[in-house]
Amino acid sequence: MENTLKEIIDRYKTGSGSIVSILQDTQSQFGYIPEEAISHFASELNIPESRFYGVATFYSQFCLKPRGRNIVTACCGTACHVKGVDSIINAVNRRLGLSENNETTNDGEFTLEKVACLGFCSIAPVLLVNGEVFGKAEPQKIIKKIDLIAGRDNEQ
Amino acid sequence: MSNKIAIRVCMGPAGIAAGGKAVLDEFQRILSDKNIPADVRNRCSHGQVGCMGLCSKDVLVDIEINGKKTTYSLVKPQMVKQIVDEHIVAGSPVKQWLADDHMDKFLEKQEKIVLSDCGVIDPEDIEAYISRDGYSSCKKILASMKPEQLVHEIKLSGLRGRGGAGFPTGLKWEIAAKSEGSIKYIICNADEGDPGAFMDRAIIEGNPHAIIEGMIIGAYAIGAQKGYVYIRAEYPLAVQRLENAIKQSREIGFLGSGIFDTNMDFDIEIKLGAGAFVCGEETALIASIEGQRGMPRAKPPFPVHKGLWGRPTVINNAETLANIPYIMRKGSGWFSGLGTEDSKGTKVFALTGKIKNSGLIEVPMGITLREIIYDIGGGIEKGKHLKAVQTGGPSGGCIPADMLDISVDYESLAKAGCIVGSGGMIVLANDDCMVNIARYFLNFTQSESCGKCVPCRIGTKRMLEILDKITNGLGEPEDIEKLEQLSNDIKLGSLCGLGQTAPNPVLSTLKYFRDEYEAHIYDKKCPAGVCNALLTFTIIEDSCKGCQACAKACPAGAITGDKKKLHIINQTLCIKCGACFEACRFKAVHKA
Repeated sequence: MENTLKEIIDRYKTGSGSIVSILQDTQSQFGYIPEEAISHFASELNIPESRFYGVATFYSQFCLKPRGRNIVTACCGTACHVKGVDSIINAVNRRLGLSENNETTNDGEFTLEKVACLGFCSIAPVLLVNGEVFGKAEPQKIIKKIDLIAGRDNEQ
Repeated sequence: MSNKIAIRVCMGPAGIAAGGKAVLDEFQRILSDKNIPADVRNRCSHGQVGCMGLCSKDVLVDIEINGKKTTYSLVKPQMVKQIVDEHIVAGSPVKQWLADDHMDKFLEKQEKIVLSDCGVIDPEDIEAYISRDGYSSCKKILASMKPEQLVHEIKLSGLRGRGGAGFPTGLKWEIAAKSEGSIKYIICNADEGDPGAFMDRAIIEGNPHAIIEGMIIGAYAIGAQKGYVYIRAEYPLAVQRLENAIKQSREIGFLGSGIFDTNMDFDIEIKLGAGAFVCGEETALIASIEGQRGMPRAKPPFPVHKGLWGRPTVINNAETLANIPYIMRKGSGWFSGLGTEDSKGTKVFALTGKIKNSGLIEVPMGITLREIIYDIGGGIEKGKHLKAVQTGGPSGGCIPADMLDISVDYESLAKAGCIVGSGGMIVLANDDCMVNIARYFLNFTQSESCGKCVPCRIGTKRMLEILDKITNGLGEPEDIEKLEQLSNDIKLGSLCGLGQTAPNPVLSTLKYFRDEYEAHIYDKKCPAGVCNALLTFTIIEDSCKGCQACAKACPAGAITGDKKKLHIINQTLCIKCGACFEACRFKAVHKA
C-alpha cells in the first residue's frame, strides 16, 4: 500500500489544494479510503488528519468503509423519483437484506449506493449495476441481474 | 461531395444506455461486408454523435444521402442489416421504422444554438467541429478584436448566466476585466448538481469544443491565463470527452502557450467534483478547487474581485460558455433578436417526467409552457393528465396546469414563484403527490446543506421533519403555518443561494396545491395515492392467483393464504410498506 500512496502524493506535490484530488485517486485505487492512507498523507504532507477527514466526510463521493465487490447504484434524481425508483430500491434492499443504514451485505458481495443524479433523466428510473446502465428500470430486471451475479437461480 | 452517405448514431447518455454502441458496431460490421457494392461502401461514413434530443426514442440513427436526412428511431442491432440493404444500397428507406414526422414535430418549435452541432458532429473529433466553423470566432477575435470590444459585444447580446441566477455575462466579464491583478482565472461550472437536469452533461458529451472555445474567448476578455472546468465525477463520459478535446486543442495549438499564433497563453485543467450540490455556488466551488470542504463564504468580496487563490475569477456555467462561440460568429444583434425583452436567446431544458417525448430541448426564451409540453413534448404519457411542471429543481417551484400559457423566461417564472434554473423541467401528472415532491426536495437540500449557517442547517431539518409527519399521516393543523414561518426565516437568514432558495418547493406547492396538504393533514388521505402510510392495501379477489409472492415479500407476516387460493392482508398487522404491491405480478394488490 505504501508505494501506491507514495505514487499518489507524487502526482500532487502542490500541497493543500490537492486534498480532494488525492482522496479521489486513493478511492479509485482502493475502492474506499483506508484509515492508514489518511495517516500516511497527513504525516507526509504535514497537514492535520482532521483536514483530510473534514474533506472526506463532506463530499458524498468518498467512502471510509470498504464497499462490496459489486456495486448497485440507484439514481435518486427528481425524474427517477417521480418514476418510482424508491420501489426498486426497496426491492433490492429486500433481496440483499440491506437497509437504510446498512448499505453493504455482510459477505461483502454487494453494495447499494444511492446518488443524487446520474443525468440519465430521460430514461428514468435508472440504476447501474457495476457500471452497466439500466434505463426505464423495473424491479424484476434488476433483481434478475443481481441473482445472475450472485450465481443463484431466480426464485419464482 | 454531393453523393456522400453519412450515418450518424446517437451516443448521448440515453443513446448509449439503449445500446448505441452495439448499433454502431453492427453498421461497421455490415458495411465492411464484401457483399456491399464498393461504390456504396466508399461513399459511406459512419460515426457516433452526441445527444440528438429525442431520448425517449433512442437509439436514434440519422442517415444522410445527398444532403437529404432521414431519421430512424428505436434502432436495434438486428434492424441494421435491413436498413443498409433497403435504404443505403437500394435507396428506399425502411418506412415502418422512420421517425421523420415525429422528429419534425419535436423540432418544429425548437431553436438550436447551443445544441446546433450536438447530435450532428463526432464529439471526439476536433476536425468535425472545425469543419462547422468551430474555433473561427476565437481565431478572429484574438487576431483583430480588443478585449473591451469583445466584452461590449457580449453585453449587447444580452446573454445571461444559464446556471440559474441569470446574471448578465457581459457585465460579469467587464468587472473581472477591470479587476486589478496580473493573474486571473476563468472557471466553467459543469457541476450540474440539480437532480433532474442533464443539459451540461449532454453539451459536453455532444460538443466539448464549444465549451473550450467559449472559455478561450472569455479568458481573452478578462485576461486569464488559466481555466478550470469543474465537472461532476458522476459524468465519466463527459470527463473523458472533455479530456480528449482539451488534448486535441493543445496539439493543434489552440491551448497552451502562444495560442492561435498570438502571444496569448491559456490552458485548461479539469477538476472533478466530489458530489456536493452546494459546490454549484461560486464561493463553495472555489473552496472545492482549492481542496477544501466546499462551503460558501459571505459575499462581497465577489469572485470577480477575489476568487480562486484570492485572484479575480469569472465563473460561468457550461451552457453560458457554449453560447459564446455562436454569438461571436453570428453577432450580438442576431442573438438579442431571439427571446424576450429581458431574456435573450434560447435555453436548453431537460424535459423529463410524465411526458411522452422526454429528452433534451432548446427553445427560444418566451415560448409558452404549453408549447413545450404539448407541441414539443407530445403531451402526457399513458393517458394521465398534467398536474404541474417543476422547474429549477431544489431551488425552484411548480407551475400548475392551469398556468400553462406562462411565458418561459427569467421574469415571468420568477413572478410565478418559480425559476428558470439550470434547466430541469419535470412534468408531473395526476399520480404525483405534491407534498411528496416538496418532501423529496427538502430531503435533498437538507442532506446537501453544508452546515455552515444555522437557518439552513437546522431550519431545513425541521421543515423536513414536518413534511415527514404530514406524509406519514401524523400532520397537525398548525403544521402548514409552521412551514410558512420556517420558510420565510430560512430565506431571510441563510448565507448562500442553497438555503435562500431551499424553501421554494414547499412555498410554491403550498401556494398552488394547498388542498393536497390539507387532505393529508385533515382527512389523512393522499389524493394522488403516493404516500403509503395514508393508503390501505387490499387484495382483489378476481385477480389473485394465489402465487404467494406477496406473502413472501411481506416483512410483517400480515398476508396469509394457501397456494392457488385467495390471499388476505391482515390490516392490523400491515405496516403499509408497499412490498406486496411491488411483488404482485398480476396487479392484484390494490392501494387507495
